[in-house]
Amino acid sequence: MSDRRAESALSDQFESVEQQHGADLFGMWIFLATEVMFFGGLLVAYAVYRHAYPHGFDLASHRLSVVFGTVDTAVLLCSSLTMVLAVRALRLGQRLPSIALLLATATLGCGFLVLHGTEYYHEWQEHLVPGRYFQFEGPHLTEAQLFFWLYFALTGLHSFHVIIGVVLMLVLAASVFERRLDAERYIALEVSGLYWHFVDIVWVFLFPLLYLIGLR
Amino acid sequence: MSYLTKQTLRSWFFATDHKRIGILYLITILFFFTIASVAAAMMRIELITPQGDFVTNETYNKLFTLHGVLMVWFFLIPSIPAVLGNFVLPLMLGARDVAFPRLNLLSWYIFIAGGTLALWSLLHGGVDTGWTFYTPYSSTYANGHVVSMAMGIFVAGLSSILTGLNFIVTTHKMRAPGLTWFRLPLFVWSLYATALIMVLATPVLAITLGLVCLERFWGVGIFDPRLGGDPVLFQHLFWFYSHPAVYIMILPGMGVVSELITCFARKRVFGYSWIACSSMAIALLGFVVWGHHMFVTSQSVFAGIVFSLLSYMVSVPSAIKVFNWTATLHKGSITFDTPMLYALGFIGLFTIGGLTGLFLAALGFDVHVTDTYFVVAHFHYIMVGGMVMAFMGGLHFWWPKITGRTFPELTGKIAAWTTFLGFNLTFFPQFILGYLGMPRRYHAYPPEFQFFHVLSTAGASILAVGYFMPFCYLLWSLKWGSVATSNPWKATGLEWQTPSPPPEHNFAEVPTVLNGPYDYDAAKNTFCPQTEEGYV
Amino acid sequence: MNAFQLFPEQASSGAREVDWLTFGLVAVTGFYFLIVFLPLVYFSVRYRVGSKASRENPARGSNLIEASWTIIPAIMSLGLFGWGAAVYFHLRKAPADALRVNVVAKQWMWKLQHAEGKREINELHIPIGRAVRLIMTSQDVIHSFFVPAFRAKQDVIPGTYTSEWFKPTRAGEYHLFCAEYCGTEHSQMIGRVVVMQPAEYQRWLTVGNVDVSMVESGRRLFTQLGCSGCHMGSGSVRAPRLEGIFGKPVPVQGDGFVVADERYIRDSILMPAAQISAGYENLMPTFKGHITESDLMQLIEYLRILSADAPRP
Repeated sequence: MSDRRAESALSDQFESVEQQHGADLFGMWIFLATEVMFFGGLLVAYAVYRHAYPHGFDLASHRLSVVFGTVDTAVLLCSSLTMVLAVRALRLGQRLPSIALLLATATLGCGFLVLHGTEYYHEWQEHLVPGRYFQFEGPHLTEAQLFFWLYFALTGLHSFHVIIGVVLMLVLAASVFERRLDAERYIALEVSGLYWHFVDIVWVFLFPLLYLIGLR
Repeated sequence: MSYLTKQTLRSWFFATDHKRIGILYLITILFFFTIASVAAAMMRIELITPQGDFVTNETYNKLFTLHGVLMVWFFLIPSIPAVLGNFVLPLMLGARDVAFPRLNLLSWYIFIAGGTLALWSLLHGGVDTGWTFYTPYSSTYANGHVVSMAMGIFVAGLSSILTGLNFIVTTHKMRAPGLTWFRLPLFVWSLYATALIMVLATPVLAITLGLVCLERFWGVGIFDPRLGGDPVLFQHLFWFYSHPAVYIMILPGMGVVSELITCFARKRVFGYSWIACSSMAIALLGFVVWGHHMFVTSQSVFAGIVFSLLSYMVSVPSAIKVFNWTATLHKGSITFDTPMLYALGFIGLFTIGGLTGLFLAALGFDVHVTDTYFVVAHFHYIMVGGMVMAFMGGLHFWWPKITGRTFPELTGKIAAWTTFLGFNLTFFPQFILGYLGMPRRYHAYPPEFQFFHVLSTAGASILAVGYFMPFCYLLWSLKWGSVATSNPWKATGLEWQTPSPPPEHNFAEVPTVLNGPYDYDAAKNTFCPQTEEGYV
Repeated sequence: MNAFQLFPEQASSGAREVDWLTFGLVAVTGFYFLIVFLPLVYFSVRYRVGSKASRENPARGSNLIEASWTIIPAIMSLGLFGWGAAVYFHLRKAPADALRVNVVAKQWMWKLQHAEGKREINELHIPIGRAVRLIMTSQDVIHSFFVPAFRAKQDVIPGTYTSEWFKPTRAGEYHLFCAEYCGTEHSQMIGRVVVMQPAEYQRWLTVGNVDVSMVESGRRLFTQLGCSGCHMGSGSVRAPRLEGIFGKPVPVQGDGFVVADERYIRDSILMPAAQISAGYENLMPTFKGHITESDLMQLIEYLRILSADAPRP
C-alpha cells in the first residue's frame, strides 16, 4: 500500500486519489470564495464613494489610459488561455509543451506587471498619487483623490496577486521539468489554474470599473 | 502506539497530526487568555473607586484595548474551533486527519506570527483604540502601535481563514463510509457553520484593517472626513465581519453543548435536524444584521428598522436550540458530571445573554443603552458565559480522550459552580449599571455607580478562582490522574470508539458508520455507538 | 445626580416611552426565561439518574412542537420589534418648533451655542417643557452625546451633521456623557444638563458669555466671506439665490432633487463641486480650511432665517 501511495503521491489522510483530488479542488474553490470577499470589501468602498461623488469619479477615471487598460486586459486573457492549454498538455502527457505554456503564462503575467508599472510611473509623474503632491485640475480634487486612492489600492492588491501567480507558474514549470508533476499527478496544476483564472476575472471587473466609467 | 508517544521538540513543532496541533493551540490560547485576564483584573481593580486612581487614563485605555483584542482574536475565535475542533473533528468523521494537515500546521504558525505582532505592540507601549479600531480615531488621531496591532489581527485572521477552509473541505470530503450529513454529530454541524463564517467574513475584516494601516502609513485614506471620506463606512465594514464573528464565538459552543446534554441525559437529542439547520440559519442570518451595532450613528431610520427586524429574526434559531436542549432532558437519566454542569450553566447564561439581545435589538431601547455597560454585560454573557463555559465543558468532556487521564470529579464540580456564581456576580450588576447610564470605556465615573462596580469586581475575583482551579487540577491529572478508558462517558460518537489517547492515525482501520449520532436509551440504560447497527 | 440609584432618573418625555418599552421587554423576556428555566430545573430533578420517573416512550422530536416554538417566538419578536421601532421613530423625529442648540464636539470638550447667541462649554441649559433639538458635529473624532436621564444618545460624527432631540419634563441637573470612545480623556468628556423654568432660562440667556444671535453672526459672515457677492443682489456672477431654499428640494445636476437641509448646505460650502445646482456652472471655490465648524453653523442659521422670511428683496 505504501508503494502505491508513494507512486500516486497520495497523502496519508486520504483513501483514494479521487478523494485527494476532490479535496484539493474544493479547497481552492473555498479559498477563492475568501478572495472574493477580500476584494469585495474594497469594491464596496468603491461603490459607496462612486455613488457619493459620481461626477468626480468620472473625471478622475478619464485620466487613466484606456489603451493601456485594454492591452492589460488582452495580455491577461491570453495568459488564461495559455494556462488552460498548459493543464491540457500535461494531462495528455506532453511534458515539454506544458512547460513552455507555463512559462508563457508567467511571461504574460510579467508583461502585465511591466505594463501596469509603466502606468503607475506615468501617474506618479502626473501627480496623481494621493497625498501631499496630489494635483488635479478643477474643483474635483478631493473626489479625484479618493478615486485614485481606491485605484491604487485595488490595482495594487490585484498586482500582488499576479506576482504570486507568476511565482507559482515558475514553481510549477520546475516541478513538471523535474517530473514531480505528470499526466497522473496534474492536480497541483489544475488548482493553480483556478487561482490564475480568478486573478484574471478580478481584472475583468476592475477594468471597466476603473477605466471605462463616464462618457469621454 | 498513541499519538503522544513520541516526545521530542521536533515531533511537536513539525507536527502535522491534527491532535497535536489542537494541543499546540490549547497552550497558545491559554497564554493569551492569561495576559488578557490580567488586563481585565487591572481594569476591575481600577473601577472599585470612582476616581481614576490605580492606573492613568492612558493605561486604562490600553488595558481595555489589549483585553478586547487578545480575548476576541487570540482566545475566543480560536478557542473551540482550533483546539477542540481540531482535535475532535477528524475523529468524529472517522478520518485519519484533516484534509490538509500541513496547512493546518501552517495556520498555527501564522497564528503565532499574528500573536507575536500583537505582543510586540503591547511591549512597545500598546494601543489605545479599543478592539473596534473606529476611524478616524484609529486612522488619524491615535498614538501607539495601531499598525502592528492591526497587522497582528490581519495575520491571525489569515490563520482563522485557513482553519475554516480545512474544516469545510474535511467535512465534505473526509467522512467515513456510512456517515451521511444527517448522521453527523451536532458539533460537526456547528463547526461547519462556523467555518463558513470564518471563510466568508474574515477577509472583509482583513481588508478593512489593511485600509486603516495604509491610511496611517500614507497619511491619506478613504475613512478621513477631511478628505471627503466617510468614517462610518469603516464601521459598516468592521461589523460586517465582527457581527458574524460573534457567531464564530458562540456556534461551536452550541455544538459542544448539544453533545454534552444528550450524552449526560442518556437520551437521543430532541429535534436533531432542527438544531443542525438552526446552526446554518444562524450562520447565514448573521451576515445581514451588522447594522444593529450602529443604531445611533448617522445610519438612516429605515436602515435601523431593517436591521432591527433582521436581528429579531436571528434570535429565532437560537431559541430553537435552547428549547430543544431543554426538551432533550425530558425522560432522560441525567447525571451531573462536570461537563454537564458546564453545559447546564451554558444554557442558563446563554439564555440571559440571548434574551438581553432582544432588548438591544429593540431600537428605542438600544438608543439608551448602546455604548453602556448594558452592552458590555450582554456580550460577556454570550462570550464568557456562553463560549467559555462551553469550552470548559468540552475540554473536560474530551480531556480523557486528549490526555488519556481523568480529572478529579469533585474538584471539577466545585470549579464549575464557582465559575457560574462568580460570573453572574461579575456581570449581572453591569446590566443595571448600563441602564443607569454608565458609559463603557470610562476610567473614572460618577460616585453613584460605585456600588455595582464593587459588586462586579468582587464577582471577578471569584470568577478568577473558578478559572484557576481547572488550570491546576487538569495539569495535576496529566501525571497523577487515573488512566482513562476509551469511552469513560459511555458516549456514542466515533471518537470514543478508539483508544484514549488515540493512535497516530486515529483508527486502526477506517470505521464504517451504521448508526445515527445519539443512540442512547434512558429506559434501558444502554447506548449504541455509531459503528454498530442501532435502531436509528 | 450623586445618590445611589437602582433606576435612572426620568426627566424627559422620551424617557417615559423608553421605560415603558423596558418594562415590556422585561415582561416578555422574563416569560421566556421562565419557560426555559422552570422545565430545565424540573427535568433535572425529576429525571436525575436513579429517580423512579418513567422513561418509557421518550419523544424523539416532533415537527409540530418545533414549528410552534419557532413561530410563536417569531411572532412575539415581531411585536417587540414594532414597539421598539415606534419608540425609535419618536426619538428621532423632532417637532418643528423645537429650540435649536448647536453642538461642536472636540477632544475632549463639548462646545455649545444657543440660537440667541449664548455660548457654553460642557453644559447645556434648557427650559422645561420645550422640545430641544441639537445639531451636532465634531472637529476631530467620533463622539456621542448621551444624557441618561433623557434616554437620548446620538453619535457626533466629523464631516457631517447628526441631530437628537428631547423634551425635558423635570427641572434639575443631569449627567452628560460622551458615550463613544474618543481617546485618552474620553472619561473626562462629561458635563451636565441643567433643566430650568422657562423664565429663569430667558434670564440666563442674557447674562454671561453672550454673543450676538447666531443669525446675526451668520449674516455678518455671509458678507465677510463674500457669499453675498454672488448669491445675493445683482452681482456679475450667476449663482443660485438662497432665499427660500432651506428645507426645500432643490434641483441638482445629474440626478433629480436634493433636500437643502443642514447637511446639504454644509457640503455645498465645503465641497461645492460634489452637487451642483441644476442650470448653474460650478464657479464656487471651496471654503474648506477657511471656515470653522461654528461659523458654518451660524451661516446655516442665517440661511434658515432667510428662508423663513422669504420672499425678501
